[in-house]
Amino acid sequence: MSRIKVTASALAIAAVSATAASARDEIRIVGSSTVFPYTQAVSEQFANNTGAPSPIVESTGTGGGMKIFCGGIGEGHPDITGASRAMTVSEYELCTQNGVTDISEAMIGYDGLSMAISRSNSFDWDVSLGEVFLALGAQVPVNGEWVDNPFKKWSEIDSRLPDVNIVVLGPPPTSGTRDAFVELAMHAGCKELAYVKDGGFDSAWVNENCSRMRTDGPFIEAGENDNLIVQRLESDPNAMGIFGYSFLYENLDKLKGVKLAGVDPEFDTIADGSYPVSRPLFFYVKNAHRGVIPNLQEFIEEYMSDDALEPGGYLTERGLVPLDAESRAALQDSVLNAKSMDAK
Amino acid sequence: MTDIAAGPRRLSSTETVRAGLGRRKRHQIMLQGLGLAAISFAFLMLATLVGSLVMTGHKAFTQTHITLDVYVDPAEIPAAGLPRGGFRDVMTAALAERIPGVESRAELRALGAILSNGAQFMLRDRIVADPSLIGQTITMRVPVSDPYDQLKKGLIDRETPEAFRRVKDQEIAWFDTLMAQGAITEPFNWALFRNADSRFPELAGLKGALIGSAWALLVCFLISFPLGIGAAIYLEEFAPKNRVSDLIEVNINNLAAVPSVVFGLLALAVFLGWFGMQRSAPFVGGLTLALMTMPTIIIATRAALKAVPPSIREAALGVGASRHQVVFGHVLPLAMPGILTGTIIGLAQALGETAPLLLIGMNAFITSAPSTPFDSATALPTQIFIWADSPERGFVSRTSAAILVLLTFLVVMNALAIFLRNRFERKW
Repeated sequence: MSRIKVTASALAIAAVSATAASARDEIRIVGSSTVFPYTQAVSEQFANNTGAPSPIVESTGTGGGMKIFCGGIGEGHPDITGASRAMTVSEYELCTQNGVTDISEAMIGYDGLSMAISRSNSFDWDVSLGEVFLALGAQVPVNGEWVDNPFKKWSEIDSRLPDVNIVVLGPPPTSGTRDAFVELAMHAGCKELAYVKDGGFDSAWVNENCSRMRTDGPFIEAGENDNLIVQRLESDPNAMGIFGYSFLYENLDKLKGVKLAGVDPEFDTIADGSYPVSRPLFFYVKNAHRGVIPNLQEFIEEYMSDDALEPGGYLTERGLVPLDAESRAALQDSVLNAKSMDAK
Repeated sequence: MTDIAAGPRRLSSTETVRAGLGRRKRHQIMLQGLGLAAISFAFLMLATLVGSLVMTGHKAFTQTHITLDVYVDPAEIPAAGLPRGGFRDVMTAALAERIPGVESRAELRALGAILSNGAQFMLRDRIVADPSLIGQTITMRVPVSDPYDQLKKGLIDRETPEAFRRVKDQEIAWFDTLMAQGAITEPFNWALFRNADSRFPELAGLKGALIGSAWALLVCFLISFPLGIGAAIYLEEFAPKNRVSDLIEVNINNLAAVPSVVFGLLALAVFLGWFGMQRSAPFVGGLTLALMTMPTIIIATRAALKAVPPSIREAALGVGASRHQVVFGHVLPLAMPGILTGTIIGLAQALGETAPLLLIGMNAFITSAPSTPFDSATALPTQIFIWADSPERGFVSRTSAAILVLLTFLVVMNALAIFLRNRFERKW
């Protein structure tokens, strides 16, 4: 018995040292689940074209990715992290503390957050962000009073909207999509309302009061699985869903986008910023790893290639909203030449 | 005794029983009915689950393919340039041969999209393996891309207005022409087992996940089996019965009930944090699962050892065997079937475990299968997790298919456990 134990623990220890010592020959990427499908596409294309070992792409969420990415320099730490927002000051400081000082920032394109509804719903949905906030906020102004959200039907918010129950399925608080929706749609909608606009509230008040989604039924946290939301929308023609534009794009035969402030979610409207709820997507590269981790530079070249990034390229086929030609050229120049991002 | 006669006449015991008989029968029937209802409900749920999985999942077990006569044009693919060359153009040209009248670049591009992105690489691999094919015409059967696979399987409604459909009218017409020519077939989807993950549903497979799971389970077995049996033998046969051993026993039972995500966090902090092991490696996954499986094995082993009657031990001791000889020569072999059953059930549990693997990064996208336990890999449940969250339509059925594969493994493992128990276990 003791012999078995000793052998097993010896095996474990040997294996541990073996893992630590073995050199890494594949690229490791972490980060946002929104950037994940695009990085996936580049990785597969890269591995197929070059025959290099396929990069390991992990979807950890933006914040989780930053934590791992900023953990340090060396083989034990990832080379690239994807982000659905820019790196924050505190994240940059964390990176600097751990010796990750030379980072290239790449803004690869935009992602629209779409609200969608089943095609079997015949109403031509067009709502303002203020109305979105009135439908989904935990507390809203009614007749000059800040009260718990009383609205159960769209028609109660505005009489031109149909007389159906408000049912909106959206991401849970752990999701980056939720953060983006709260910031881009809920805050903006909240500030549109006369009560808030004229009330002279500061941004701290907005952050505290306009960030909460209602929990009394009409807003349903549907989990991280966007395919599940799509299925629910198909079976309930009056339910709306909130998810990334790529899911709407894949399911355009079953779903239609809800116009926000009169603008349909489409590639063009998201790219030129006229669709109000869109966010830039980023990835960050450790420049110290270039030339050290095999193939990293080649991988970045693939990511920055016109094949991937231009309109009609394979990333836009997956739903990425592309940059215009000028910003693309600037991006390629800065990332390929490993220009370091400014300290914030 | 005389008091009885004095009081009001009481019912004899027979009469009491008889009076209550109806009520007892009713209770009996009610209990049976409730039990039956509970079982039917459970079966109904199971049937719904498996039924819906089969309904959506069976479509992923076939994949639409197209057969093409490919002229390997030396102008596009010069032998000197291998492994680079215009493989995509050659494949598109072969397809255009079958559809007359497609001339413009845009049309050719749209036509080429019928072929899976993997088709060009299949051609490349074939040419690289045998460069003498350049200049010849070869017959190739390659997968079609996901939208056309969906079209063939009837998952894209042709009645939908064109603007909202992924496949346009012209493209459907091309595809129908190809169908009429007999070029389209729908054979068994071997890619599901032969390929590793891919972002293209028609190329995505479970190979990486199956091998990753196998490595993780092997590591898990090699660590938890000897350690678990060792701990159980010591506790059952050698440890003095005192407060300390009681405390250990209580803790092991508690450990078996700890949620698996806690083991994942532990692994993240200890294996990845302190020991600096690699993320996403099946070896680390196996270690984590071993922590989870060990209490199950210890409990099963102790139960199996307890079931061996003391007379066996006493007889062996009586003829002069040492305690060591008693345990390894007599008790352990007799307890082995029970131990193995417990181990297999523990491993089956580990196979389906997702949460701890997510925490150590085994939910990565990797397009190659691992060759050692230290290569990054996914496992079956985490692969399901990734596919379930992919936007492409083809992954909906592939997710269900992957769940069916996982369920098959679980059923096989549990059946093996039952077989071992029935075949080798001795009743005393």
